[in-house]
Amino acid sequence: MREELHRFFRAARGAGVRVSPAESIDAMRAVADVGFSDRTTLRDTLLLTLAKSQEEKQALGDCFDLFFSHPEPPPAAEDESETDSSGSAADNAASPSGAGAPQDGGSAPPELGNLAQMLLSQDRSAVAAALAGAANAAELSNIRYFTQRGLFQTRMMDALGVGRLRDDLDALKSANPTEAERLAAALDGLRDAVRERVSQALLLYGREETENLRHEILRNAPLARLERRQVAQMKALIRAIARRLRERYSKPRKRQRRGHLDVRRTMRRNAAWGGIPFLTAWKRRHRDRPKIVALCDVSGSVAQVSDFFLLLIHSLHEVVDDVRSFAFSGHLIEVSDILDKQEPEAAMREIMAKVGFGSSDYGNSLADFEKRWLRAVTPKTTVIVLGDARTNKLDPRTDILRTISERAKRVVWLNPEGRMGWGWGDSEMFRYAPFCNTVRQCATAKQLERAVSDIVAAYQ
Amino acid sequence: MTTHLPTSSIDAVTAGLASVGYIASRQIATAVYLAEKIEKPILVEGPAGVGKTELAKALAAWRGLRMIRMQCYEGLDEAKALYEWKYAKQLLYTQILKDKLGEVLGGAETLAGALDRLHDFGDVFFSKEFVEPRPLLQALEQPNGCVLLVDEIDKSDAEFESLLLEILSDYQVSIPELGTIRAVVKPLVLLTSNGERDLSDALKRRCLHLHIGFPEQKLEERIVESRVPGASETLRRQLVGFINQVRALDLKKLPSVSETIDWARVLVLLQSTELDHETVKDTLNVLLKYEADIETATPQVAGFVAKAGRAGTFG
Repeated sequence: MREELHRFFRAARGAGVRVSPAESIDAMRAVADVGFSDRTTLRDTLLLTLAKSQEEKQALGDCFDLFFSHPEPPPAAEDESETDSSGSAADNAASPSGAGAPQDGGSAPPELGNLAQMLLSQDRSAVAAALAGAANAAELSNIRYFTQRGLFQTRMMDALGVGRLRDDLDALKSANPTEAERLAAALDGLRDAVRERVSQALLLYGREETENLRHEILRNAPLARLERRQVAQMKALIRAIARRLRERYSKPRKRQRRGHLDVRRTMRRNAAWGGIPFLTAWKRRHRDRPKIVALCDVSGSVAQVSDFFLLLIHSLHEVVDDVRSFAFSGHLIEVSDILDKQEPEAAMREIMAKVGFGSSDYGNSLADFEKRWLRAVTPKTTVIVLGDARTNKLDPRTDILRTISERAKRVVWLNPEGRMGWGWGDSEMFRYAPFCNTVRQCATAKQLERAVSDIVAAYQ
Repeated sequence: MTTHLPTSSIDAVTAGLASVGYIASRQIATAVYLAEKIEKPILVEGPAGVGKTELAKALAAWRGLRMIRMQCYEGLDEAKALYEWKYAKQLLYTQILKDKLGEVLGGAETLAGALDRLHDFGDVFFSKEFVEPRPLLQALEQPNGCVLLVDEIDKSDAEFESLLLEILSDYQVSIPELGTIRAVVKPLVLLTSNGERDLSDALKRRCLHLHIGFPEQKLEERIVESRVPGASETLRRQLVGFINQVRALDLKKLPSVSETIDWARVLVLLQSTELDHETVKDTLNVLLKYEADIETATPQVAGFVAKAGRAGTFG
């Protein structure tokens, strides 16, 4: 029973339900109480103890149905058709019990191997048991990635005794061609069964890790070199990052200000009554109000990345109260309203329609900013610039960035290009860099996430 | 140690809750049963009005325990949920005892001596006498145990959750000046949430997670039967059938069980024995809470009533 449960926990993890040791202990205790006999109760119990949200309940329920619809019987399964099943695994010592199993398989000639006999006798329950035995022998529940499918299929076939079967097949071909044909057909059937078994195991045990692997690859892929089909996935991924950021950092907007009793003020307030405290006074907590000004390059040279920049700024708007966002290529406009009011997709479309895709003019855009919005920058503000600092040989106006830097608390520049590209061609990164507190390369989703997370965390 | 013994089976829970008028689904009964067996709180999630708070009330009524309710809201903190020092009382006592000060310090010759004497009395002010227990602490102090309902936990701040963790996992509270206060009898704890905010994993890990959705038709009929005894069987079946169809519409606020019950009461008051188009139209505002929703539903009423009527006669 415990084995079975442990395997189920593993399957549950595969289905994306995080089952911690503490939870599995709870589940064990609960199951020990309600027992294994009633499926519905067992299902309810596991759902109650393991799942932590409605989605997880769904996933876990599906997983439960899948798992128990096709239980992998532990060695105990042999008792129904003892002779055949134990014999089948004996070749490979998968099952310790049945080395010299008596052979009463019936129709097949006695010199054939156990597997061949079993297949020819068409004993279904025996084959099922043999499959289960082989699955155990091949440790099928350890399968994690879809790339391992072939490996596990081979392992299972070996465990079933396919080596001996091939010999038998060769021998039969000359001795009894019809029987050989029948055996070959049966072998094909067996292969299919094994393949299906492995796919199902992958579904049960491997889903999460396959997904994680794919995400990991995606997170580390350079944003500018994504293929079209990956872009959609990447957007989903960034949205997930944004959601995670929001969960981690979106503390409630209003919070209790009352701190400890302020003894001095209390005494002073009650001086009129001879120090008898009728009124209490409380210390207040002071917090920095986060302020962020984001300048986002949406020109042609960063077109592929600007989508992601905007998505992330959008998520910033959801996390931090006081964000003002600006987008620029040839000139600069404020886009806070658009980002505040609209869904990410629509907002991005509108912004790109207004200022996108032009050739970038950092000098002009900075001048726009200085002229109209410089007052938005205060000593509490963090200024984030997202862009490749490629100015098309125009005046970079580093003096304005300097002014901004002097007024702001911090200036952070996130550049999609690698350090190698800085200063080459029309890149003015090194001329801007002295006025930035941080300059980071930000080319993959992972780097982007880390950068934004740092910025937000600094305020919490 | 506990005065109320855990129930022997899941069916006993169902029966017990039914005896106080709460018709529980199998999942709910299982959750309650397990909560007592493995001593864990239950986190109840689900849309508003499906009987989350009711469950706690029914549990308390059935067990004959006191129910302590902790309504959560934004800004709820330790001082309001757990305990607070009675500062005014402390200060007041200091004032009153001013005169006694001479006696206390009587023998002391030096300042250091006086201080030593004062230190011996200092702890008095941070003793249980001066602690004002709030709901959570009260729940732990109940000599016979109780049902502690932490209502709408999703409305509170994330910090408040961490405050709950100690209570939820160990049924105890640490007060810096006093030490740890353990539950006299472990309370049955229920937390409810409408899913307004995602709760932390730490909190969820400490609880059994129960989701109450809209009940199945048969179950809802039984709930109406138990709550509104005056409704005829035909009416019950028809109105539940009708509401189930309304729930399939795209509405701002779907009618939940509490609305079903209200509506059934209204219909009984109007002495209807079965649904008819006119009454439904007139009483739709009991069921739906937004003008827009009523507008969406009104054109569908005739069809729904007909369908519910058929189901009522033949089902």
